[in-house]
Amino acid sequence: MSQSTVTTTHSQLATYLAELERKDLLRFITCGSVDDGKSTLIGRLLFESQQLYDDQMDALKKDSAKVGTRGGDIDFALLVDGLAAEREQGITIDVAYRFFTTQRRKFIVADTPGHEQYTRNMATGASTADLAVILVDARKGLLVQTRRHSYIVSLLGIRRVVLAINKMDLVGYDQEVYTAITVDYQMLAERLGIESVVAIPVSAVNGDNVVSASVAMPWYTGPTLLQHLETVPVGQRETDEPFRMPVQWVNRPHQDFRGFAGTIASGAVRPGDRLRVQPSGRVSSVARIVTADGDVSLADAGCSVTLVLADEVDVSRGDVLTTHDRPLECADQFEATVIWMSEAPLLQGRQYLLKSATRTVSATVMPVKYKVNVNTLEHIPAERLELNDIGVCEIECDRAMAFAAYTQNRTLGAFILIDRLTHDTVGAGLFHFALRRSQNIHWQAIDVDRSVRAAQKRQRGCVLWLTGLSGAGKSTIANLVDRKLVAMGRHTYVLDGDNVRHGLNKDLGFTAQDRVENIRRVAEVAKLMADAGLITLVSFISPFQSERQMARELMSPGEFFEVYVDAPLAVAESRDPKGLYQKARRGDLRNFTGIDSPYEAPLAAEIRIDTTSLTPADAAEQIVDYLDRAGMLVSG
Amino acid sequence: MTDLLDARSTHLDRLEAESIQILREVVAECERPVMLYSIGKDSAVMLHLARKAFYPAPLPFPLLHVDTTWKFRDMYKLRDEVARDPAVRLHVHVNQDGLARGISPITHGSQVHTDVMKTEGLKQALDQFGFDAAFGGARRDEEKSRAKERVFSFRSAAHRWDPKRQRPELWSLYNTRKAPGESFRVFPLSNWTELDVWQYIHAQRIPVVPLYFADWRPVVERSGSLIMVDDDRLPLLPGEQPQLRRVRFRTLGCYPLTGAIESEATTVEDIILEMLAARTSERQGRLIDHDGAASMEQKKQEGYF
Repeated sequence: MSQSTVTTTHSQLATYLAELERKDLLRFITCGSVDDGKSTLIGRLLFESQQLYDDQMDALKKDSAKVGTRGGDIDFALLVDGLAAEREQGITIDVAYRFFTTQRRKFIVADTPGHEQYTRNMATGASTADLAVILVDARKGLLVQTRRHSYIVSLLGIRRVVLAINKMDLVGYDQEVYTAITVDYQMLAERLGIESVVAIPVSAVNGDNVVSASVAMPWYTGPTLLQHLETVPVGQRETDEPFRMPVQWVNRPHQDFRGFAGTIASGAVRPGDRLRVQPSGRVSSVARIVTADGDVSLADAGCSVTLVLADEVDVSRGDVLTTHDRPLECADQFEATVIWMSEAPLLQGRQYLLKSATRTVSATVMPVKYKVNVNTLEHIPAERLELNDIGVCEIECDRAMAFAAYTQNRTLGAFILIDRLTHDTVGAGLFHFALRRSQNIHWQAIDVDRSVRAAQKRQRGCVLWLTGLSGAGKSTIANLVDRKLVAMGRHTYVLDGDNVRHGLNKDLGFTAQDRVENIRRVAEVAKLMADAGLITLVSFISPFQSERQMARELMSPGEFFEVYVDAPLAVAESRDPKGLYQKARRGDLRNFTGIDSPYEAPLAAEIRIDTTSLTPADAAEQIVDYLDRAGMLVSG
Repeated sequence: MTDLLDARSTHLDRLEAESIQILREVVAECERPVMLYSIGKDSAVMLHLARKAFYPAPLPFPLLHVDTTWKFRDMYKLRDEVARDPAVRLHVHVNQDGLARGISPITHGSQVHTDVMKTEGLKQALDQFGFDAAFGGARRDEEKSRAKERVFSFRSAAHRWDPKRQRPELWSLYNTRKAPGESFRVFPLSNWTELDVWQYIHAQRIPVVPLYFADWRPVVERSGSLIMVDDDRLPLLPGEQPQLRRVRFRTLGCYPLTGAIESEATTVEDIILEMLAARTSERQGRLIDHDGAASMEQKKQEGYF
């Protein structure tokens, strides 16, 4: 501590500290490839804004000598590349966050790799950024990747871009180079709807225009990179928008207090404001805005607060509180952009979990309309999305929810998709708009309901879902169960895999995607039959756990019975009643379950039939007994 | 009604709001959360944020202190004070097996001691209570491998962290799905820096362990570090004589593993000013970080915070 600070009076000190605490925060992302000098630029910013401590500096010098690429000079890139694997391979494999502070601002930098899985990592970094710094190499001008970076930046709703034209030292600090690139970029930015572009000529290696103005480029009179970052308005606060707050947690410590905790997504709220609870539509008004530091009279976007309402209305996590006269739209079907982040492709018809703001629902991707070539921005027809693809799809959710277009509201317009089995985050998405059909098609109420139909038939409608390898004996067993039940005077129907493929599903093949759609249609038909009061036997290989789960969730609880017809592959193959295994082994039949397409065995089937020890007749007996015990067959 | 929240645009306000959102998300979505409480300044800030997040309700989760039995005496004092608050439930866990084997930083060195008493102890406690989410006070600015860690850091049933298979984390949408036995380490202070932490302590007047403030303390100098002689368990080397020096700690761990710095800073204000002029990073005082190249990453993969 210097002598002058010690002699500062207490009040001066307090003022100084208070000022430091009032700094604001800018989050930005840097985009560029390995060769563009991105890590060097960030390292340089940290170095020049004196965010490096002596021990870090020593470590950096040591690392530079050992693995640096600057011939013994300090290699700033080494500061930024964190994981051991990255240092060895000289690549960045993930998103890293860097922090630095100047007199005016605190900065959080999301640094993403210029390498494979780029789209996924860059979208991650961009999702929380207020601004993007896009690097281009002055020698090369705009490249395919510049277009890609700019597209992702605009897609994720970043409105401010700094175009850092780097390596100016290698083009003789030539103003014309700078001007030409700037003009090119303006055209691209307009096309993408990027509102603000500031182009700065820099040399990250030498520090020109990074922190202090470059002597080598007197023709450039604009701000240096750091000056710009320190003064650009932080424009993501969305305070002028109508009030929206997703309810995150209901705070109910005792009978006399019921508060709704959440982070305000847009707008402001005051006691007395009329609010609407969405999607229910109920209206109440704000009684108190509670914080641990006392009640407040106003709170706006970005604040995490607890609201107490004047009336006892039903509000739970996942609801959204909105200005009563400007509510959000509610829908269960959407068009959306999806960024796919998983090695396993996105399949049409498969169910995923969709989490948006504080709500998680089941969602099915209906048609993929097209995918975007991120390099040329062309739309390409597609049926599925692979890792790092960006596409536009229709999404159907199992419940209506309040939402906003992503361009209107980042919080209420964003979602992630989660795989139901692996629990991985497999996609990120941006809502565009609600599909009209979801607003206009309503359920038609029918007077004769399922219980009436069931009573008439002295049974409960239900689905017996037989799954297992080809040749396991599903159809044989289903046939026997069917005959037995009919003989008992019950009402049944069998949906058989092969038969359905001759009609309803004759347009489908055997790719993973078509298999998903095959099962979806059959599950829907089975549901209608169960509704009609029939005991419905479904005999389908249905190899994927997630589709069987989807079928189960379509039915009412207790009316879906998974029957695992268990035959080891060797046994099923030795039976080979249709000669299909032989064909598959010869390679004449592709995507055959058990051979070159997986079978995911049920983990918790209601009934397991061990075909190595039970005859088909025994199996049928076992299934009918089960139905009886489960109360599906009404006696008398 | 006193305040407006309309000027809430400072960096501390944004950080606070983000941390509160993270804390609430865990409580809303996980079954048995716990807060790892290590008594240091980051834990103090995290606990303060938690009180704010759930006000007026009491903390909806317990605190857990994994006690290596080698903390500074002043730390135990503050911990016991915190535990006296009726709104706080504190579990203290000691790796009894490690204790029985007499594991200590003195005889076994920092690596074995940390592995057994801290990492193993933590895993034992999490398994014993069946916690499925554990808050930790780690910050991304502390160390390079932490800079890449998610806010919701997924751990396998064996508590391992796989840096190559982290879930993408976009916006403030946290994926809290997991299978039974799997868990999360959750870091509400991910985006805070050391300076932010002190500024917040200053602005919110949060009590911290007195060891952070300079005072005359008995220390010995060992391989460049000033080690405080906090009790008689620290064997002195031949010719070594504890000296009274005016020192403070930037970070607090087990006392034989935590180096002090010479300082005149006796108030939070002094600390902030000292930090603005500081020339060494915080973790330099932590001997365990220097156990080998990329050693923190290694420890994290094994289940260390």
